[in-house]
Amino acid sequence: MVESVIERITRGHFWDFHGGIHPPEQKMLTASKPIKQLALPKQLIIPLQQHIGREGDLLVKIGDKVLKGQALTLSTNPMVVPIHAPTSGTISAIQMSVIAHPSGLSQLCVFLDVDGADTWRKKTVCADIEQLSNSEIIEKIADAGIAGMGGAGFPTHIKVNSKPDINFLIINGAECEPYITADDLLMMEQSNAIVDGIKILDKLLTPAFILIAIEDNKPKAIKALQQASAAIEKIKVCVVPTKYPAGGEKQLIQILTGQEVPSGRLPIHTGIVMQNIATCFAINDAVRHDIPLIRRVVTVTGQALNKPQNVWALLGTPINFLLQQCAVQAIENEQQPVIMGGPMMGFSVSSELVPIVKTSNCILVPSKTEMPSAFEKESKEVECIRCGQCSDVCPSQLLPQELQWSAKAKDYPQLEKLNLSDCIDCGACAYVCPSQIPLVHYYRIAKAEIRQQQQLDLKAEKAKTRFEARKLRLEKEKTARQEKQKKAAAARKAAMNKATPEATDAKSAVAAALARVKAKKAAKSQSSTAEAQNNLAQSNELATEATNPIDEQKTQVAAAIARAKAKRILKQEAANKPISSNEPVKQTVTELLEVSQPPSNDDKKVKIAAAIAKAKAKKLSKAADAVQSVYRPESTEAEKTVTLTDKKAKIAAAVAKAKAKKKTKEARNLAGTVKNNDQDSG
Amino acid sequence: MNILLAILVLGSIAAIFGALLGYASIRFKVDADPIVEQLDALLPQTQCGQCGYPGCKPYAQAVADGEAINKCAPGGEDTIKKIADLMGVEVQPLDESHVQGDTTASNRPKVAFIIEEDCIGCTKCIQACPVDAIIGAAKQMHTIIIDECTGCDLCVAPCPVDCIEMRELPDTIHNWQWDLTSIPVKQLD
Repeated sequence: MVESVIERITRGHFWDFHGGIHPPEQKMLTASKPIKQLALPKQLIIPLQQHIGREGDLLVKIGDKVLKGQALTLSTNPMVVPIHAPTSGTISAIQMSVIAHPSGLSQLCVFLDVDGADTWRKKTVCADIEQLSNSEIIEKIADAGIAGMGGAGFPTHIKVNSKPDINFLIINGAECEPYITADDLLMMEQSNAIVDGIKILDKLLTPAFILIAIEDNKPKAIKALQQASAAIEKIKVCVVPTKYPAGGEKQLIQILTGQEVPSGRLPIHTGIVMQNIATCFAINDAVRHDIPLIRRVVTVTGQALNKPQNVWALLGTPINFLLQQCAVQAIENEQQPVIMGGPMMGFSVSSELVPIVKTSNCILVPSKTEMPSAFEKESKEVECIRCGQCSDVCPSQLLPQELQWSAKAKDYPQLEKLNLSDCIDCGACAYVCPSQIPLVHYYRIAKAEIRQQQQLDLKAEKAKTRFEARKLRLEKEKTARQEKQKKAAAARKAAMNKATPEATDAKSAVAAALARVKAKKAAKSQSSTAEAQNNLAQSNELATEATNPIDEQKTQVAAAIARAKAKRILKQEAANKPISSNEPVKQTVTELLEVSQPPSNDDKKVKIAAAIAKAKAKKLSKAADAVQSVYRPESTEAEKTVTLTDKKAKIAAAVAKAKAKKKTKEARNLAGTVKNNDQDSG
Repeated sequence: MNILLAILVLGSIAAIFGALLGYASIRFKVDADPIVEQLDALLPQTQCGQCGYPGCKPYAQAVADGEAINKCAPGGEDTIKKIADLMGVEVQPLDESHVQGDTTASNRPKVAFIIEEDCIGCTKCIQACPVDAIIGAAKQMHTIIIDECTGCDLCVAPCPVDCIEMRELPDTIHNWQWDLTSIPVKQLD
C-alpha cells in the first residue's frame, strides 16, 4: 500500500479532502523580501508556558544575570519543555503579564532586560550526529525546549519518541493560511538546515518514506528543498494543490496518502508522524549546534504596515517592537486591530506588550479597506438561511449549521453526536457564510464549556471517591473505638472478679470510695453553715477562720496528724516506763500541741511552723526516752535521777516551747507580710 | 378428553414458563436500585448536605423514593433538568430554602480559603469537611487543598474564629471560557 502511495505521488497525483476554500492569499506582501534580522529590543517578556502542557520550575530569580541560551525553567515532567534566555541580560522581574492567548489573561512571565552584548553560554557543537544515540538526541531536543511550531505547540520530544513502525514522516510546509509566509521564506533561505533536521528525524523515527508537502504557490521554496534533498532517495517533495486548509494535519495526510485519520485517533495510530518545517529547522539547531529554541521567523504583515516582512524575532519580543520595526502607519489609532496568527484562525491581541512565543507565526495588522470585519464592534450576524455552503466547505465533513444551532442551545450531548470534537477551528464555514454568522466562535464557546464540564465531572468523581473513603474510614474508626472500649471493660471486669489480694484491695478501695462519696453527698445535703460548724467542732475548734474549704481540710488533716503523733508519743512513754516523770513531758507535748494548732488555718506558713513544732516535740520526747533508758538499770538511785531528769526535761520543754512560740509568731508575721504582698500585687 | 388435553397442554406450558421466569429472576437479579446510581451520577458530588441529606448518594436514594428533585443547590437548574428527564417528572424551580450562603453571588466555582494567621488549630473544620480536603492537626495551622475542595461551605460555619471564607477561583488560561470576553451569543428571531 505504501508503494502504491509513493507511485501516485511520483506521478504527481494526490487525493483531495472534502470542502476547503480559496481565500485571497495576500502572500505577495511579504513573500519576496528576505527574512530581516532585527536589532535587540530593550526588554523581553518570556512567558513560562509557551506550549501545550504545564510550565516548568523557575531556575532564575530577580537580579540574576543570564547568558544567551541559558535555561530559565527546568522540565520536571514529559509534558513540560523548558524556556531559555533569548539573549544575555538581567532578570528584572518575574510577574504576571498578558500573554498570547485569545482570553487576554495574564500568566507568569520572566522580564529580561537586554544588555546588548548578546553573549552566548558555552556551546557544545556536535560535529557528527551519527555518534549520538537516539536517546541522547531526544534529550537534546527536550532540553532545547522545542514544541511544535506550526501552531499547536505539542512537545516535540514526545512526538519523535514513538515506538511503532512509521510508514510516512510528513514534513508540513503547506502553510495554507493567507498572509503567512514564514515557512516559505525559511524553506527558501535555510533549505539545507531543514534537510539536516529531517535527517535527524529520519534517524529517530526510521520511516519508510519522508514526504515534504509544499503548496504549489511556493515555487522558490519547492525548488530549494528539491535541490537540498536531491541526494536522499527517501525524501519526496510533494507539490500539493493550494487549498485552505491543506496544512491541517488530518487534511494533509488525506491529500498525500488518501487515508483518513479516524475520529478521536492520532496520526501515529495509522503509522504517520507530521512535523512542521520550522520545527525541523529548530531540531537541527538544537542537536547540531546546541542552540535552544530562542527565536523564530514571524511574518509581520498587513496593509496598515509600510514595510511588511518576515523577521527573525527572539521569543519574548513584545509585538509593539515588531510593529515599530515594520513601520506601522496608525499605531496611535486605538481601533487598529492586531491579530496574532493568520486571518482565518488567529485572534485579536488585547495588548501591544503581548510577547512572541514558540507558536506565534504571524502578526497581522490589517487596514480598514483590507479587512473591514476586524474593525466592527457589532456583529453583522443575521439568521441562517440554510444554504448549506458551510457543510460544503467543511474539511472535516461536519454539519456546521446543525452544530451552530446546538451550540446556541447549549445542547452538549447533541454536539458530541455531531462530532464537534473533530472540528479543527479552520473557519472555512464562517468564511463562506452569507449570513455572516461567526460559526467558529460558537464552536469555541461550546468546546470550552464541554471541556469545563468534563473537568467538573472528573472532579465530582474524585470528590465522590474521597467522600466514600472518608465515610469508610470514619466507620472503621468507630468500630475500632467500640472494640477497644469493650476490651477495656472486659479487662476491668476480669480484674475485679479475680480473688487476688490486689483485687480485693481494689474492691475494698472502690467500696471505701463509694462510701466516702455517699458521706460527702449526705454532708452536702445539710446547710453549708451547719457543715462548717460541724467541722469546727470535730477539729477541736481548729478551723476558726476557715474560708476556703480546701485549706480548711488541709489544716484539719495536718492538725489531726500532729495530734495523732503526739498521742502516739504519750502512748509510747506510758508503755515504756510507768514513771511519774513523764507527766511534765506530757504537758510539754500538749503545750506544743496547742502551739501546733494554728489559730490561722488557711496559711501554709503556719502549717509549716506547726510541723516544726511537732518535730521538736518528737525530738524532745525521744531525748526523754533516752535519758530514761540510760537510767533504767540503776534502780537504786532511780528517784533522784528521775527528779533530775524531770528538771532537765522541764527546762528543755520550756526552751522548746519558747522556741516554738517564737517560730509561730515569726511564721505568722511572715504570713501576714506575704498576704499583704499578695494583696498589693493583686 | 379434549378438555383434559387442553388443560394438560396449557398447564405444561404454564409450568415451563413459570420455571423460566423463576430461573431468570434468580440469574439476572439486580441487587441495587440502578436508578439511585444514575441519580447519584447526575448530582454534583459536593457532598454539601444543603439538600438536607448527608451527602449526594443519600439524596439520590431519597429522590428515588419520591423526594422533591429541586433541593440540590450546587447542581442548580441543570441538575434539576437532568433529574427530571431521568425520573420522568416536571422540571421544578430550585427550592431556595435549601440554598446556603450568598445566593446573589456569581455562579463561579469557589473554594474555601483559610486565613492562616487567624487559625487556632482547633480541627473543627477538618471534621466538617466531607472530602478530606483540609490538612492540619490539633494546635497546628490548617490549610485547604484547593484541587480537592468542592466548595460545599460546610467548613465555614464550624470555625470558631471565622477564619474560613469562600473565594472564587481565579481565571487562568486553563479554565477560561471563550464567552467571557468574546461576542455574546445573539438570539435571532
